[in-house]
Amino acid sequence: MKQSETGDPVPVLALTDVSKSFGAVRALREVSLRLYSGEAHALAGENGAGKSTLIKTLAGVHRPDTGTVLLDGEPVDFQGPADARDAGIAVIYQEPTLFADLTIAENIFMSRQPLRSFGRIDHAAVHEATAALMRRLGVDLDPKRPARGLSIADQQIVEIAKALSFDARVLIMDEPTAALTGSETARLFSVVRTLRAEGAAVLFISHRLEEIFQLCQRVTTLRDGCWIASEPLADLTEDDLVHRMVGRDLDELYPKQDTRIGECALSVRRLTREGVFFDVSFEVRRGEIVALAGLVGAGRSEVVQAVFGVDRADAGAVEVNGRTLPPGSPTAAMDAGIALVPEDRRQRGLVMEMSIERNIGLTGLDELGRAGLVRRTLERGRATDWATKLQLKYNRLSDTVEVLSGGNQQKVVLAKWLATEPSVLIVDEPTRGIDVGTKAEVHRLLSSLAAEGLAVLMVSSDLPEVLGMADRVLVMHEGRLVAEIPRDEATEASVMAAATGRNGGSGEEAA
Amino acid sequence: MITTPRKTRQGEEAPPGPGTPGRSARALAEALLRAREFSIGGALVLLILVTWITNPSFLDSQGTQDLLLNSSILLLLAVGQAVVVLTRNIDLSVGSVVGLSAFACGSFVSGSDHSAATMVLLGIALGALCGLVSGALVSFGRVPALVVTLGMLYVIQGIGYYWADGGQISAANVPDPILELGSGNVLGVPYLPLIAVAVLVATAYYLRTYRSGRELYAIGSNPEAARLAGIPIRRRVLGAYLFSGAVAGLAGALWLARFGTVVADPANGWELTVVSAVVVGGVAITGGVGSVWGAALGATLLTTIGSVLVVLKVNSFWQQAITGVLLLAAITTDRIVHTRTTSALRKRSRK
Repeated sequence: MKQSETGDPVPVLALTDVSKSFGAVRALREVSLRLYSGEAHALAGENGAGKSTLIKTLAGVHRPDTGTVLLDGEPVDFQGPADARDAGIAVIYQEPTLFADLTIAENIFMSRQPLRSFGRIDHAAVHEATAALMRRLGVDLDPKRPARGLSIADQQIVEIAKALSFDARVLIMDEPTAALTGSETARLFSVVRTLRAEGAAVLFISHRLEEIFQLCQRVTTLRDGCWIASEPLADLTEDDLVHRMVGRDLDELYPKQDTRIGECALSVRRLTREGVFFDVSFEVRRGEIVALAGLVGAGRSEVVQAVFGVDRADAGAVEVNGRTLPPGSPTAAMDAGIALVPEDRRQRGLVMEMSIERNIGLTGLDELGRAGLVRRTLERGRATDWATKLQLKYNRLSDTVEVLSGGNQQKVVLAKWLATEPSVLIVDEPTRGIDVGTKAEVHRLLSSLAAEGLAVLMVSSDLPEVLGMADRVLVMHEGRLVAEIPRDEATEASVMAAATGRNGGSGEEAA
Repeated sequence: MITTPRKTRQGEEAPPGPGTPGRSARALAEALLRAREFSIGGALVLLILVTWITNPSFLDSQGTQDLLLNSSILLLLAVGQAVVVLTRNIDLSVGSVVGLSAFACGSFVSGSDHSAATMVLLGIALGALCGLVSGALVSFGRVPALVVTLGMLYVIQGIGYYWADGGQISAANVPDPILELGSGNVLGVPYLPLIAVAVLVATAYYLRTYRSGRELYAIGSNPEAARLAGIPIRRRVLGAYLFSGAVAGLAGALWLARFGTVVADPANGWELTVVSAVVVGGVAITGGVGSVWGAALGATLLTTIGSVLVVLKVNSFWQQAITGVLLLAAITTDRIVHTRTTSALRKRSRK
C-alpha cells in the first residue's frame, strides 16, 4: 500500500469536495470519499441521495463541476469511461451492459484483446484467458457462448471477470444484488472477499442493510447530495445507519391541511401480478392522502399501474366508488374517475414536442371537440383555466412543454389529469427532479385537492414528503404490502425499517 | 493475463466437454449463424443447378462469365454496406456514388491515355470523399443515418446530372486498357469478380481479426455498452462510412470498365438492392449480427435470380417482387430466430 510522507496510507481513489449539478438539480454538494485498498466500503443513502452520480463521477461518465478526483493521491481528470478503466477502476452497474451478440470472451476483452503480430487479435489467447478467469471465479461458463440469454447473475460474473482481466484496483458495484437469489449473492460475496484480500478496494451499494454489514468495513452516507458521515461499520447498528440516511427535520415544505375523511373512493382487493407484486389490498378515502412508500423496485409503481389498468393484474379487483373496474383498461379507469400522473413525465406524462395547451387538452379530446374535430377555442380555454389555477409559469400557451422547468412540466401533467375531474388522483413520484420552491407548491396543491374531497394515492421515495403529506403510509417490500402506518405513528425510522424488510417499526401491522 | 486456477473442481481444468450445457449454448449459436449462410448458399446452388438443367447454355463459358461479372459490382457494394449496417447505421447514398464515380472516371479517361490503376484510384478517392461527408454528418453531426444518406443520395445524384448535362460517356472514347479491365480475365476468371472477392476476403479478415473490426460489431450490438467500454464510436462509424464510400467509388470505376458507356446516375435505385442483399444475407438491420460473407452471398443470390429469370424467359418485373418476398422472409426469420435463440440460450444457461 502506498504511504504518504506522514506515514498515513494514501487512498487509492478519493473524491474531495466534489459537486455536480444537472440543470437546477444539485446532485452532489461538496462530497468527499476515500477508498483504501483492501477495504470494502459501503455507500449508503436514500433514493436520490446522489449515490449514482457519485459512482458515475468515479467511473469517468460524469465530470465534476467543482472538486477533484484523486488517484493514489494525485488529481486526475477522467475524460471518459476509458480513462477510468485504464486507471484500474471497474464499475458493475445494476443492469450489466453487455454486447448480447458477442461471445463472453469478446465481452470481457473488447478493445483490449491480446494481440499477435501486425495488430491482429490472438483469438486463442482471448479464449484461454477467459477460461482462466472463469476457473478463477469458480464458474462454468463457456467463453465462446454469446452473452445473449445469460442470467443477470451470470452477466455480473462476466462484468467481474472483465474487472479481473485488467487487474482492477477499484471495483465499484451499484446494487449488484438487487436481482440475485440468495445463493447467487453468496457466490458474489465470496468473489468480492477474495478480491479484497488481494488488495482491491471495493465500493458497494445496496439497499439491503444486512448485506452492507456482512460485507463492508466502512460506510459513507449521503443525504440530498451532501456528505453526512464516513465511519467504521463496527461502531454502528442498523438503526444508526438508517438515522444517518434519513435523519432530518420536516419543515414547512409540507403544508398539510386537516381534512374531513369521507367514504371510501378507491378499494384495491388482493391485487396480484405474477412475479411483480402479490396480494396487495388497501383503501383510499375521500379527503385522504395515502402514501405508498418503499425502496425502488419494491413494486409500488407497478401496483398503481395495475390499478389504473396500464398493466393487467393476474388476480384481484379494483373498485372505484363502489364500481368494480374491468381489468387492463385505462379508459374504463378514467371513466370511473381515476387519474394517474406517471413517474416519468418526459416519457409517459407529456408529449414534449407539443404545446402546453395541446398537452392539457389530451385527456379531454371528446369534450373539446365536435364531430371528431378538436375546437381550438375550447382547448385554449381549458388550458388557460388550469394554468391559472395551478399558477403555471409560462410564456405562451402555444410554447412546447420542453421549454418549461421540471416543476412546471409536472404542473402541466397535473393540469392534464385534474381537467378530467377525477375522484381518485394517483401520483407517482410527484416531485422527483423538481426544485424546492415548486415542490412546496405541488405539495400545497395536493393538500388542497384532498381538502376538497379528492382521494389521493401518492407513490414517493422521498421520505420527508411521505411523512409530511400522508394521512396513512403503506409500505411495500419486495412486492408485498408489509406495513400500514397511521400519520401520528409514521417516523423515518419506522417507515425505513418496514421498507428494508426489518421488523420493529412502530405502529406496524400486517396488511 | 494467465491466472492460476483458484478453485479446482472436478473436470474444470480441461475445457468443457461437448456434453456440458455451456458448450451446447455455444454450438447452438454458432450453428444458427452458419445456418443462414448455408441455407442461402444452398438456395443459390439449387437455383443454378435447376436453371442449368432446364437450359444448359446458362452455364456455358459465356453464361458463367456473365453471371460472375453481373454479381461482382453488387457484391462489392454489399460488402461495403454490411460494414455500415453492422454499426446499426445505413448508407443509402451508394447508388449515387457509383454513378458519380463511373461518370467522373469516364470523363477522366475519355480520349486520354490514363492507366486503369490511376482511374481506379480516382474512383476510390471520390467515393471515399462522399463517404467521409456522410460519415461526418452521422457520427459527429449526430443526424440519423437514414436522413443523412438519403440527402446525400439526392445531392450526389444532382451533381452527377449537372455534370453530365444530358450527355454520356461513350465506350468509343474509353481507352482499350480500361475496357480490358472490364472484359479481360486470368485463367478464364474475369478481373471483376477477382477484385470483388479480394475485397470481400480482406474485409472479412479485418472484421474478424482486428480490434477496430470487432468494435464495429460491439457498437451495433449495444451502443451504450460500447460507450462504457471506451470504444471511440464516432471515429469507428466515420471509418465504416469512409469504407462504404470508397468501395462504392471502386464499384463505379469498375462499372465504367465493364460497360464503357455511362449515362448520368447509371446505378439509380441500386442502394435498395444493396440493402436487400445485405439483409437477405443475414446482417441484422439493427446491427451487431452477421458477416460480410453472408452479405456477399445475398448479393450473389439476388443477381443470380435476375439472370435466371432472363434465361427462363420470365418477365423481369418479377425480379423485384421476388427480391421483396426474400427480404420480408429474411427479416421475419431473423425476428423468429432471434426470439427463439434468446429463450433457448436462456434455458441453456448454466444449470
